[in-house]
This record gives sequence, structure tokens and C-alpha cells, in this order.
Amino acid sequence: MTGPDAEIVRFDNVGLRYGTDKEVLTDISFTLFPGTFYFLTGASGAGKTSLLKLLYLAQRPSRGKISMFGTDAITLPREHLPGFRRRLGVVFQDFRLIPHLSAFDNVALPLRVAGVEEDDLRKPVADMLEWVGLGDRSHARPATLSGGEQQRVAIARAVIGRPDMLVADEPTGNVDPDMAVKLLRLFEALNRLGTTVVVATHDVHLLRKVPDSLIMRLDRGRLSDPTGALRYPPRRAGLVPSR
Amino acid sequence: MSEVPALSPTLARRLRTAGAAITGASETQLVPQARLSGPMPWVIAIMVLLTAIAAAAGLALGNLAAQASADLAGGVTVQVVNAAPGARMRQANDALAVLRETPGVAQVRLVPAAEVNALLEPWLGTRSDDPAAADALPVPALIDARLDGPANAAALDRLRARLAEVAPDARVDAQAGWLEPVFAALDALRWLAVALIALLALTMMAAVLLAARTALDSHRGTIEIVHMLGGTDAQIARVFQRSIAIDAAAGGALGLALAVAVIIALGRRFEALGSGVAGGAGLGWVDWLLLGLVPLAGVALATITARSAVLRALRRML
Repeated sequence: MTGPDAEIVRFDNVGLRYGTDKEVLTDISFTLFPGTFYFLTGASGAGKTSLLKLLYLAQRPSRGKISMFGTDAITLPREHLPGFRRRLGVVFQDFRLIPHLSAFDNVALPLRVAGVEEDDLRKPVADMLEWVGLGDRSHARPATLSGGEQQRVAIARAVIGRPDMLVADEPTGNVDPDMAVKLLRLFEALNRLGTTVVVATHDVHLLRKVPDSLIMRLDRGRLSDPTGALRYPPRRAGLVPSR
Repeated sequence: MSEVPALSPTLARRLRTAGAAITGASETQLVPQARLSGPMPWVIAIMVLLTAIAAAAGLALGNLAAQASADLAGGVTVQVVNAAPGARMRQANDALAVLRETPGVAQVRLVPAAEVNALLEPWLGTRSDDPAAADALPVPALIDARLDGPANAAALDRLRARLAEVAPDARVDAQAGWLEPVFAALDALRWLAVALIALLALTMMAAVLLAARTALDSHRGTIEIVHMLGGTDAQIARVFQRSIAIDAAAGGALGLALAVAVIIALGRRFEALGSGVAGGAGLGWVDWLLLGLVPLAGVALATITARSAVLRALRRML
């Protein structure tokens, strides 16, 4: 497969500013390919979260072009956004669990929103909670869970729908090293199934744990491509870069 | 007792899906439901109470006007105004005879003096039975006639022409003409009731609008998450409109129950007046049916208002 159809996301000279402030992201250009594992790194305030917001369609850029799943995401009519968002899994830095819902209901939410019937979602949600080590806390509300447990619920919610692309903002920030590795293995397993994974982290040790990953480094709102892999990604599973 | 055949799993699933679509079982969990605990059911109860009372008043006034109009539709009063008692009675009797032979006059009668005196008693006091004393203050002789058709200007002119020769002092008037100002007042009151209903509907829409916006603001975080997970505006709007519809239904039922009690109590008061006019102001079963539609209209109005308010607010989000 070649050409734009092989791309999952493409940014061309994207800039983002909030209000009249100076740009928090400047001239961002990259292409993400299906089934690739990306780490987004950079110092605090480098613009990682802003870039992720553009990736999960929570923000429109101030300039430039973004295409997602082969479609122009800037001019995408609003009513088409839900369909695109259902192809994404998002782990927010602040978890953003719904406080009045149990862990089970939080994880089940993407499936319910997508119209999956109750009978069909019980087992996968229970299995997913079991997998992240929260099988016995499925009825617990977020307020009664620790930070690490909330993070695992957030991750379970992001991956339960087998998204085409997973975007995670510091997903291992609140868990112990063992759980961090376990969660990373979950992301890798998803990645092997074809999901493109983008993990924002400032933990350099994490980068070494996924040898095949590509690194996107942000520095004061500008993207560096130290290995050239963003412009010329290695051939994987029959995929070639579009340019 | 015969056994009920078990539903096939597919059918059972479809029924559950249809049930969930109607009740929104899965969507109702998106935002916490604080049903019947906020001010909304009480606001809607008051609105429905006032609307139902205004509607009942409008309908009763309409019935009153219709009945009075029907009673007086073909009614004609002939007054023979002559101070001389002999001439007055002679003209009255001649006019009576002519009217009895006039085509289009269905009924005619000379109003007895005792009945005329009773009608005038509130203004003139009890009149003496002595004819000489009574004639000191002469009153016209009255003939009450009822036409087959309406007592319009042409019919009145025909009667005047026939009576001119035998009863030159006769004055012919349509009975409905006397009540024109009353009908005009009743009409104005009915329009006032309609205006009140419209104002109450607008007030309810404003209250629902505020409630929907407040609910949206307090659940903004949750709504953003649901949006990020691919939730559509329609899914989110359904949650809010269903919540407000339930509040409106509860408030509407309460408001209607109170309104029915008030209307029945007022109706009994009017019945106790024993007045023929007030007696025409009752409500028929169609009127009660219309009053029963008030809370349903309230629920529909609240639901549509909530839905449009929520959708408009959601469109401002990405």
C-alpha cells in the first residue's frame, strides 16, 4: 500500500496559538503510519499536550493542514467528527474519568456511545478491567480509586474499542514501574494488532522499552526529527512512506 | 395455564435494543440524573396550573357566549311605548295578532305585567297592584317573539313594516343587540386568556432554557469527554431532553391535578349563584379533554426547548 491512503495522520506546516499569544506549536510537519509506535517527548511546556489535542481532534490548528484517515481534518464537517473520534483512543493526562460512573461504566462508555449492546460489552469490559488489574474494583467510583488505578481505568477506556490510533498523554506517570511496563506491553500488543500508538512522555527510560518505536521530539513548539524517521519511516509490514 | 413461548435470543435482543432506545437506558448514565429534585418540576407544575386555569376560563367564557348567543339568536322584543294604558294594550294586542300571522315568527307571547314588574323591580321597587297607581309611572308593553331564522336587520325591518300600521308606537329590537357589549367583553376576556396562555408558554420555555443551560454548564466536563469518545450531539441532547421531559411530566401531572381541583371548586361556586348566565359557563367533556392536553403540551414544549437549547450549545463546542 502506498500513497496517502497508507497514512493515518499527516501534518503540514501546522501552527497553533491560543488567542493572541505567540504560537505554542510552529511549523509542525510529520506523517504517522498505521501500525507504528511513536513516542512524543520534550520538556515540560514544549507543546506535547497541545500536539496531542490536535491529534485527537480536540483543537483546530491556527494554520497549516492536517489530514486524518485520508480526510482533511480542518474542513471536516462537525457532524463527521464523532465517527473519526470513535477510531481514536485517548488517555488524558488528568484521566478525565466521569466521576459519577463506576470503573466498569467508565470503561464501557466508548462502547455504549458506539451503540454496542449491553450483552456484548459486559465480557470485554470485565476482561479489560481484569487485565489492568482492576477486576475487583469494577464497581468503584473514580473518587475511591488511587491515582494509579484511575490511570489504568483511563487506559482501559482508551483501548477497549480497539482504536485505529491510540493517543496517550503521560500514561505511566502515576503507576509503579512494574505496572508501567505492563501497560506498555498492552500498548505494544495493540500496536501489533495494527493500532498506531502515540505516547507522550518525558520518561526517557520508557523509550528504550519499545525498541521499534519512533521518536518525535518537541522543543519549544518545534518538532525535531533526530533520526529522520518521521520523514522517512522504516518499511514495516508492507508500508512505505508516502514521500 | 398455557406456557408463554420463550422469545428467540435475536428477538429478545431487538426488544431490549428498542427498549433502550426508548428509555435511553445506556445514555441516561452519561450525566448524573437529578430528577424531581430541582426546581424544574415545581416551576412546570405552577405553569401548567396557571395555564390550565386560564384555558378553563377561556373555554368557559366561550361556552357562556355560545349559549347566550344561541338562546338569543332569533329573539326579538317588541316594546309598545305609549303612556295611555288603553292605547298601549290595544296596540300590544294588535301587534300580537299580526305577529302570530307573520311568516317566519316561530313563537310569540305578550309578557305578562307581573313578569315585567318583576324584571323592573330591582330598579323601580315593588309596583302597586292598583292600576291607577301603576300607571302613574307607565312601563311599555312587551312582546317576546322568536323567529325561525336570525334576527338580522332585514328581518327586523320586515317586522317593523308589518307593525307600523297596527302599532305605531311599537319598537322592534333584536334581543342579541342588548347583549352586544357583553359579548364584546366576553370576547376580550377570551383573548386575554389566550394571551395569558401564550405568555405562560413563553415563560416556561425561558425556565427550561435556563435549566438546560445550567445543566450543560455543570456537566460540561462530562460532555467534553463524551464528545472525545465519539458521542454525538444527538446522544447528549437526548439525555438532557429526557431528564427535562420527566421533570415536566411530573410537574405537569401535579399542576393539572391542582388545576382540576381549583376549576371544580370554582365551578361549584358559580353553580351556587344559580344565575342563568353563569350556568352557561360550564365545561363539557371536550373542554376537559383539552385541559388534559395542557400538561402534554407542556412536556412537548419543554422537551423541544431543552433539545434545541442543548443542541445549540453543543454546536459551539468542537
